Amino acid sequence: MIGILASVVDGVLVGAVYGLAAMGLTLIWGVMNVINLSHGAIIVLGMFVVYFLTGATGVSAYVGIPVVVVVGFVAGIIIYWMSVNRVIGRPILMSLLATFSLNMIIIGLATAAWTTSPYNVPVSLPGITVQNYTFTGTHIMAAIIAGAIAGILYLFLHYTRPGKAIRAVASNRDAAELNGIPTRQVLAMAFGLGVALACVSGALIATLFPFTVLSGGAYQLKSFVVTVLGGLGNPAGALLGGIALGMVEGLATPFTPVSWTPIIEFGLFVLTLIAFPRGIFAFTKA
Amino acid sequence: MPSSISQDVAKAGTFKPQRSFADEIYRHVREPFPWLIVIFTAVVGLAPVVMDDVSLRESLLLAAVYVTLASNLNLMIGYAEYVNFGNIVFFGLGGYIGVYLATSWHVNLVLSVLAGGVCVSALAYLFGRGILGLRGAFFALATIGVNEAIHAFVTNFEPWGGATGIYLSMDAYEPLGGPMSGLWFCYYLLVLVMGLSLLLSYAIKTSKFGLGILAIGQNEDAAAVLGVPTPRYKAIIYAISGFLPAVAGGLYFFKSGIIEPNGAFDLTTSIEAIVMIMLGGAGTITGPVIGAFLYEELRGFLLFSETFSHLQLVLAGALLLIIVLFVPGGLLGWLRARLPWLRKWLQ
Repeated sequence: MIGILASVVDGVLVGAVYGLAAMGLTLIWGVMNVINLSHGAIIVLGMFVVYFLTGATGVSAYVGIPVVVVVGFVAGIIIYWMSVNRVIGRPILMSLLATFSLNMIIIGLATAAWTTSPYNVPVSLPGITVQNYTFTGTHIMAAIIAGAIAGILYLFLHYTRPGKAIRAVASNRDAAELNGIPTRQVLAMAFGLGVALACVSGALIATLFPFTVLSGGAYQLKSFVVTVLGGLGNPAGALLGGIALGMVEGLATPFTPVSWTPIIEFGLFVLTLIAFPRGIFAFTKA
Repeated sequence: MPSSISQDVAKAGTFKPQRSFADEIYRHVREPFPWLIVIFTAVVGLAPVVMDDVSLRESLLLAAVYVTLASNLNLMIGYAEYVNFGNIVFFGLGGYIGVYLATSWHVNLVLSVLAGGVCVSALAYLFGRGILGLRGAFFALATIGVNEAIHAFVTNFEPWGGATGIYLSMDAYEPLGGPMSGLWFCYYLLVLVMGLSLLLSYAIKTSKFGLGILAIGQNEDAAAVLGVPTPRYKAIIYAISGFLPAVAGGLYFFKSGIIEPNGAFDLTTSIEAIVMIMLGGAGTITGPVIGAFLYEELRGFLLFSETFSHLQLVLAGALLLIIVLFVPGGLLGWLRARLPWLRKWLQ
């Protein structure tokens, strides 16, 4: 029994990081109705930024997080002006393909530069032992950072002028423009913010598991699952959705072989889409 | 007189054109376009025989598979404007059912692949009733989820070999007269499937059902108000768009001699099919063909060239981005906007 509980708690810790990744996806969706299919590539970018940062300077991975945020934000702004700006408001296929083509470009360049061999970021943190179960230090730290960043995002969106501008544009772009908000710049900023969140979650995942250039795809799919659980366009729901997904994974691990986890995840995903298209945690008005 | 006008209108309302099936066929036979499809299919089918070139056969075989995938996906993306990202699930699942029946149960190859097509279409219809209630991006995400769920399921499904998949022994080709003639047989069938895909696209586009589907693509709510039974039509087009890819999957994997989950349910191939459609022109019949052949050539060139082999993905991505941003009508859309007489010949 305690074993299952420990597994669930560990799932929740990792789930918080999934939630952070999904927040990036859902923020972009909520503000500009674009599903960012370069999300996985961005997560990988975050992983490699933290890998090279710790390798080159020898600082702890956690000290590098602010750098990852800045790199992610700048990358997001560049991506926005390159591919997203022209497809906003056009059929959904266009924005899906525009962001997917960027995914291909980034993954292609990264594969050429770093091959597809596995990397890992060495982090040593003492864990917490309860009876004979040890909760890994890195998992706890990652969950704390994910929670803190989610909190900062909440404060930013609700109590600062740029944050309020983002919410205004999300709610009604024309009305925001009429009120003197430069909506294009706000969209670019929101996209940068979403990409920065994905980058940070990538950096945190890099401290938990080994990764390759191609790892992004799996985390992108997990982000979709989380986003759908939490309701598209709902950052708070995304964090809860991530934790829920982590719990499901933790709960499934003691009972089923690991290879069955994706079936449970995607089954849940499709069922949620059909039964609750607005998400299970969509308590805010949609 | 207003009363006689209203009588005329009433008459017109009840008037139904009495067209026999023969008339219906004749209407199409007079058109040049179906004949172009037949000629094109025959040329592709016979070219490797006449030139006696096996490597040409291999590249045309791949092109035929691409055309089949792209043109059936076009029924969803181009006609109904529903973005199906997980379309490769039809190909993979049809491949598994076809190969499994042909090897483990020693069913005739043609019957096996047809059974694969029927099973996949039936599943797609049932499933379509569920997920086609979703619109736009939600539907696109759901199709990715369906593909990944089935991929994960097949990876764990022992009767189909789990993660290692099914390998065909040389004996499997015995009923077709040995591996050599077996390969040719698969090639002819795949080209036939390609031709049927194009005729299907044409038949749907010129039918009343197709009109309903195109209306759904333009504005689904308006279509529903005007009496198009949208949920049923959407499920039917989803099921139809799965049939021929499933058959092609069975033939392709039987010809390859191996089927395994990562190759059968590869999301990248799904997206490549979308790239082909965009390259040629979505919603047209010729567009996906042009796109598939161009993409196949381009891919081959990039894979084998010294300088570009590492950057294949980058260039394909850049190409897609340029099309999406600047030429959303694809090659055919671009041409037809400049040369209107092409419309009759290249639909």
